[in-house]
Amino acid sequence: MEESVIDRAVYAELRDTTGAEFVTELVDTFIEQGPGMLAELRAARAEGNAERFRRAAHSLKTNGRTFGAVKLTALAREFELKGLDADPTREVAGLAALEAEYARAAAELKALRNG
Amino acid sequence: MAEDSSRVLIADDNKVNRLLLSRSVELLGHRVMLAENGRVALEKLRTDPCDLLLLDIEMPELDGFAVLEQLKADPELREMPVIVTSSVEGLDNIVRCINLGAEDYLPKPVNQVLLKARIGASLEKKRLRDQQKAMVRRFVTSEVADDMLQSGFALGGKRIHASVLFSDIRGFTALVESQAPEETIDLLNTYYMLMFDAIGSHGGVVNQMIGDGLMALFGAPLPLDNCAGNAVAAALEMVELIEQLNHERSAVNKPAIRIGIGVATGDVVAGYTGTQQRATYTCIGDTVNLAARLEAHTKVAGCGILFDDATQRALGGSVPMQSLGEVPFKGKAAAVEIFSVTDGQPD
Repeated sequence: MEESVIDRAVYAELRDTTGAEFVTELVDTFIEQGPGMLAELRAARAEGNAERFRRAAHSLKTNGRTFGAVKLTALAREFELKGLDADPTREVAGLAALEAEYARAAAELKALRNG
Repeated sequence: MAEDSSRVLIADDNKVNRLLLSRSVELLGHRVMLAENGRVALEKLRTDPCDLLLLDIEMPELDGFAVLEQLKADPELREMPVIVTSSVEGLDNIVRCINLGAEDYLPKPVNQVLLKARIGASLEKKRLRDQQKAMVRRFVTSEVADDMLQSGFALGGKRIHASVLFSDIRGFTALVESQAPEETIDLLNTYYMLMFDAIGSHGGVVNQMIGDGLMALFGAPLPLDNCAGNAVAAALEMVELIEQLNHERSAVNKPAIRIGIGVATGDVVAGYTGTQQRATYTCIGDTVNLAARLEAHTKVAGCGILFDDATQRALGGSVPMQSLGEVPFKGKAAAVEIFSVTDGQPD
């Protein structure tokens, strides 16, 4: 069985403390903001702007953590900590992996949102 | 809810975070203001009253560290309670926030129960601080309160250049005897309100009130570019306000009141005198004694306002005045040349 992308306990706590309706809105915002964050990460990498890169990775990490997107959080955190200079060849693959993980998280959150 | 409702500013560049924190704070019964970066946060803090700042660290334009630094350097905002909410990496960054004055640090995503406790504690601390400040301000001027809060309290003083103004009501004892005590209190309150207004509007602070007399400082605790000019302008306005008050009094058949004012300029030693348990902010020195003597001498000279030579010289002819010659004052080795305003209030 495939491992869950979203930690259900984190998601349930978020829904219980803030309300189901609000979480729907929050998931929509996450999905709406995600592509921009990923684009920002790519642009920062292309530009070689370490600070911008780190900040974009940080934002993705924070959002991932909010929804319990465990793997997305871990990948984004790695980028935040290692930055541009750490193993650039790995980053190319890493970025794609991050994007794929984001897509999985977004899809699962959408499913959860729709109950 | 309304009674405990405070205004909380949330500064975060991430929309998901802003929404989530807003929701959490609103669920606690507080009102929310939002800023998408540090620069906007500072702008809002400077224009809108706010009780607490929830501050993210990683932000474009101006990050959380820079916001904390600017808050610390701003006398108006340095006491703003700040709780840092961030998922910034590294313990050193968290320590840096605390060293820069943040009250607390909450990792994201922020736990609702912790958030409630931290916001509650911060607001309570702020409430007590505000209460304490309001109480202090009732007994000392707000300038002295700020000086004390900024530099701390220590007995002793520093030498500064200032103008000192003394004023009192002529024939006050006779006036007190001729009317009911309640009427005297009313008169004193009106008198003080007018005098405070005139003195405050020219940058002076009333330092002491003794019966019908008062002592005001211009240039302490905060320096003034033209302390003598401000003191004289205040003296003239005080006389003018008393004239207006007399018009109102005569309309209800009450006797006019007269005031005498003495102004002297020079070096004074300003600071706290007394004991560690009970102290007062004051100025001492020759200049203070001379201002008191000049005020007393208005009765003899038959003038409303008297100045010393240093005040007259500092005015540089901007106010028409005349020399009344030299007067030997008690406690002064040499006679002192005194001046009066040519359109001053006659006694």
